[in-house]
Amino acid sequence: MKYSSTQAVEKIASAPSLPDVRKSRKWRRTIVLDLLLLPAVILTFVFAYIPMSGLVIAFQDYKPWLGFAKSSWIGLEHFEYLFSTKENMQVIWNTLIIAGMKVVGGLIAPLVFALLLNEVRKAAFKRTVQTFVYLPHFLSWVILGGILIDMLSTKGLINQFLVAVLHIEPIFFLGEGNWFRVVVVVSDIWKEFGFGAIIFLASLAGINPSLYEAAEVDGANRWQQTWSITLPSLIPIMIVVGTLSLGNILNAGFDQIFNLYNALVFDKGDIIDTFVYRVGIVDGKFGFSAAVGLFKSVVGFVLIVAAYRAAYKFANYRIF
Amino acid sequence: MYHKTNSYKVFSIFNYTLLAVLSLICLIPLIHILAVSFSGKAPANANLVGLLPVQFTIDAYSQTLANENFLRSLWVSFVRTGLGTLISMVVVICAAYPLSKEIGNFKRKKVYTWFFVFTMLFNGGLIPFYILIQNLNMMNTLWVLILPGAVSVWNIILLLNFFKNVPKELEEAAFIDGAGYLRTLVSVYLPVSMPAIATLSLFAMVGHWNSWFDGMIFMTDYKNYPLATFLQTIIVQQDFSKVSVRPEDLENISQRTVKAAQIFIGMAPILLVYPFLQRFFVKGIVIGAVKE
Repeated sequence: MKYSSTQAVEKIASAPSLPDVRKSRKWRRTIVLDLLLLPAVILTFVFAYIPMSGLVIAFQDYKPWLGFAKSSWIGLEHFEYLFSTKENMQVIWNTLIIAGMKVVGGLIAPLVFALLLNEVRKAAFKRTVQTFVYLPHFLSWVILGGILIDMLSTKGLINQFLVAVLHIEPIFFLGEGNWFRVVVVVSDIWKEFGFGAIIFLASLAGINPSLYEAAEVDGANRWQQTWSITLPSLIPIMIVVGTLSLGNILNAGFDQIFNLYNALVFDKGDIIDTFVYRVGIVDGKFGFSAAVGLFKSVVGFVLIVAAYRAAYKFANYRIF
Repeated sequence: MYHKTNSYKVFSIFNYTLLAVLSLICLIPLIHILAVSFSGKAPANANLVGLLPVQFTIDAYSQTLANENFLRSLWVSFVRTGLGTLISMVVVICAAYPLSKEIGNFKRKKVYTWFFVFTMLFNGGLIPFYILIQNLNMMNTLWVLILPGAVSVWNIILLLNFFKNVPKELEEAAFIDGAGYLRTLVSVYLPVSMPAIATLSLFAMVGHWNSWFDGMIFMTDYKNYPLATFLQTIIVQQDFSKVSVRPEDLENISQRTVKAAQIFIGMAPILLVYPFLQRFFVKGIVIGAVKE
């Protein structure tokens, strides 16, 4: 009896410190989680955060042999130069035009394709179509660039076809600026429309079938059903896809442009990313090139944050 | 009901035809390049090859596979893809598991999450990254192709969402049996997440196999080029100075049929994993993208 009461006293005495004990034990347990995160944290710090600090060279007359510390500071000179010359502004324009056309095409083409595919009743046919149209997404622009350059040459398969069917002169697709832009936009849509449709197909599968049944009872035909049930149901996901791609409006597609273009179309085809590469890595103008990159990163950051906010506000979309 | 109306039947015929044409448009370029690669030199150069080989021969393949530069790049790509996928998946799994915990059980989660997500929104860009790699003396090493891309924030998000859907009871049962977090991850979470892990691994493999730009800027010696970079210089840039020494190699390498064969070998691994990839990926993407 006495024994147990001592135990009780001890228990009461130790009660106030109990949460602390539990807290420290919990900390000790969760430190495993910190250790698991460590490799990713280190790699991210080294390869993502350290380069961010390297952006100081955008405000320097950077000389590789002097490094960040000794290179002289020149303030906003690089930025003034970027916005003062016509050639440089042209690069920004090209980026916006090409990316803008891709945003529009990249929203409409997958949407229409998803709607058409949704009307297919034969499962085997549907699966076959899907298998084929998703495929280009997984091939790199090196491979596709190689194929397209071959097919789009003045004697290539596409010109042979056009000459035979339309009886026109061969078109110099990759050597003329305006045609180059068309090729870039069309080939991007070609590569991605199938894959982009996945998200719309998923949304279509989620529409409540009783809505269609009710509409049929009311005598709505398929077109009316699409117009008043399917499309309105897709509006949230369209807003998400559209706003998120607007957030990327300064990414006109380095891989693609770099693998398709040549000196003949620099004036209409050069985008910010290819420009940064040519001026920075090839010509060695690190400071100016970093300034262009910084401009793009800052504008891109603002756009992406705004896009996520808009997607959250209008379509309740979150990535977490 | 509407399936029986005449106008819907007309639409259906039109629809099936259009979708078949779209499928063909996605396939024809690949078939064409395959046909060129199996054709004789003369008809290929005269642009007489459409969708079927003319004067069938496998010369282009035997020449390609006899080119030691091509084989060396192929090997670099295999090593890069294998090692890179393995390392990336280990890092991604280890990061996704803690981040999938409830905030009540792991308070610091929020800080970590923002630490990673911020890198999706803002980055230093090409030039500071290039200078960093130079300063780290990583030029011409295999590591430059593997480590910088190992932390794929997007893959972490997909996987942590998958982990979140694992029933809580499984984890609680493991804890009661005395398992710690690490043990629970290995013995409970990994086995039930194999579909997601397989999907992400395949994505990582495809990414490594297709990646060419890092090879181009960080490898000053063409002997370290992965296959994608090799193909980029030969087929797209048509720059033979870096990869060919002997004149007879130059002759072989610039042939249209050889280029087509190289393109086809370059995409063959993708075509091989594609059927497996396709089974999984739709689910994986939808998990990450559509939230109710």
